[in-house]
Amino acid sequence: MSAVIPDHLHDHHHPAPGGLMRWITTTNHKDIGTMYLVFSFIMFLSGGVMALTIRAELFQPGLQVVQPEFFNQLTTMHGLVMVFGAIMPAFVGFANWQIPLMIGASDMAFARMNNWSFWLLPPAAMLLIGSFFVPGGATAAGWTLYAPLSVQMGMGMDLAIFAVHIMGISSIMGAINIVVTILNMRAPGMTMMKMPLFCWTWLITAYLLIAVMPVLAGAVTMILTDRHFGTSFFNAAGGGDPVMFQHIFWFFGHPEVYIMILPAFGIVSQIIPAFARKPLFGYASMVYATASIAILSFVVWAHHMFTTGMPVAGQLFFMYATMLIAVPTGVKVFNWVATMWRGALSFEPPMLWATGFIFVFTMGGFTGLICAIAPIDIQVQDTYYVVAHFHYVLVAGSLFALFAGAYYWLPKWTGVMPSETLGRLHFWCSIVFFNITFFPMHFLGLAGMPRRIPDYALQFADFNAMASVGAFGFGLSQLIFIAVAVRCARGIGQRATARPWDGAEGLEWTVPSPAPHHTFETAPVLR
Amino acid sequence: MSAHAADNRRLLVRLTISAVVMFAFGFALVPFYEKICEVTGINDLLKPDTAATNTQVDESRWVTVQFDSNVHDLPWRFRPQQAAVRVHPGELVHVAYEVANTRAYAVAGQAVPSYGPQLAGQYFRKLDCFCFSQQTLEAGETRTMPVVFVIDPGLPAEVNTITLSYTFFEVAGRRTSAAGRLPAGADST
Repeated sequence: MSAVIPDHLHDHHHPAPGGLMRWITTTNHKDIGTMYLVFSFIMFLSGGVMALTIRAELFQPGLQVVQPEFFNQLTTMHGLVMVFGAIMPAFVGFANWQIPLMIGASDMAFARMNNWSFWLLPPAAMLLIGSFFVPGGATAAGWTLYAPLSVQMGMGMDLAIFAVHIMGISSIMGAINIVVTILNMRAPGMTMMKMPLFCWTWLITAYLLIAVMPVLAGAVTMILTDRHFGTSFFNAAGGGDPVMFQHIFWFFGHPEVYIMILPAFGIVSQIIPAFARKPLFGYASMVYATASIAILSFVVWAHHMFTTGMPVAGQLFFMYATMLIAVPTGVKVFNWVATMWRGALSFEPPMLWATGFIFVFTMGGFTGLICAIAPIDIQVQDTYYVVAHFHYVLVAGSLFALFAGAYYWLPKWTGVMPSETLGRLHFWCSIVFFNITFFPMHFLGLAGMPRRIPDYALQFADFNAMASVGAFGFGLSQLIFIAVAVRCARGIGQRATARPWDGAEGLEWTVPSPAPHHTFETAPVLR
Repeated sequence: MSAHAADNRRLLVRLTISAVVMFAFGFALVPFYEKICEVTGINDLLKPDTAATNTQVDESRWVTVQFDSNVHDLPWRFRPQQAAVRVHPGELVHVAYEVANTRAYAVAGQAVPSYGPQLAGQYFRKLDCFCFSQQTLEAGETRTMPVVFVIDPGLPAEVNTITLSYTFFEVAGRRTSAAGRLPAGADST
């Protein structure tokens, strides 16, 4: 190990500030990664509280818990907080921790900018959460912020717009940092096609972020000027067109969906080979599939808008282009299963989550294909079928992969093995309650229950009660993870070796556990 | 690290420029969208329809056309001169609306049509309409404005009544323009 970690770094650190200032001023990729992960988990819990309030209201028909205006604020903020506050920063946290370790770099390319990328997030989160308390409450236009509603709301909408601006800048800075780190800072001998797949998926994701986050910033800027500066981008009375907002938003929004899932693919592609004790099946095809998904994501946006009165030719184009995405995604699922095929499988918590991911994510993928078919989509548009679909890919996809990655790398981050018992309990509770929550929503949607409405017709009562029970179970199950993470952070549990998973490959397992503050000061040399 | 510094900086500049270009691209989508709509003929509310190719009047059928008028935050009195007319599909029909500015200053407005049932919109051919251009009314001015239309004989048999509803919106910025079309985002430029 002394070749990897120069001895002098063990003995004396730079004179760094202690306590809180250490975290505010840090430029270390591991500290910043930890802050991203803690921040996103806090946002995950706050978004979860909103979700549970929504489910409490929907437990029975009629209005019991909240008023419709507040219900609309909750659905909107739940979406914004989970997408921009929880899932995206969590993946950036993984990127910060893992990319330098995986490619043998000493830190991210722009360490100071990295610090800024993180510290923009808490103010943005405060703007977003604080907007609940301004007159008129938070924005209630749905997380998609569709005009004309978003042009008309109170000042909560302005706060949301500024929060989106700030989080967008943070994401773009983070993405630039990741691209530069991966392209320029790889250890000698690590060619692009030798790079761990997690780095590949993040490289492609970072390009997507740089391409589409500015478009979202433009769209919300147009809303802002429509609201306050007399422009009429989306205001029909002034000659604008509200449908145009949907086009611009989804030009961002569809690549955004892949921004939230591609790094998840990367994490799963690291974990499956480690616990199948076989190299990843079809590495090159995984890279090409990821790139194809990213490129296709730019030409499918209007499949979110089949009911806006598009010409049939347009509907057919977007329908077929969308269905085409199933091909590279199918390649990925096939490769994961083929990696497991005849492997020496063992199911420690990371592998449980990764396997669970493949199972439930694929179900979400299939309902995605069903939604892609224009005539069916016109039927299920804005129903709970769509809610079920995107929670299958975002919760069971992105979130399950995040937990898989957390259990996989916690030994490296903390030096302590996460409790296997708690990890298993967390997984089984999550996957059971997840399906109890979201599976009935398919039936509700097919039967015509509209989304984003606080009340519903009586015939939907049973499935809604079931979903609400499942949601509370799912929410409470996530508290198990706090216990797991706190135990690891406080050093309770079995010590981890440098390579705690015997099938795990990669440079990150060549440094001790926990990873020292400074790693790869001199670049490792790959054979 | 320092060995990479120059390379890193170059890439940083390029990627930052890409982000700025994409921000501009978001705004470039606005005229692009306008153009697409214009070329494909989607959403052309403000353009006269071409005269019906089939001038055959379907004498066997009567369609009732009802007229409705609304103003949106505008100090105007706006009403149709006739509540409804009974017409044959294919027949050229002239009707008129009256509008009066009740305020002591000139105001520009834009009327936006809508149809009930929505389906009828595509069979309702307006050859002339005050909604094709902005209307500026001087203080206290009263004006009679025509609508000339033909109901396409292809109108589905189950539609016997069509409601044509106009809503007058004040033009933001109160700029008056003789130009017929009102481009989206015009006030931002």
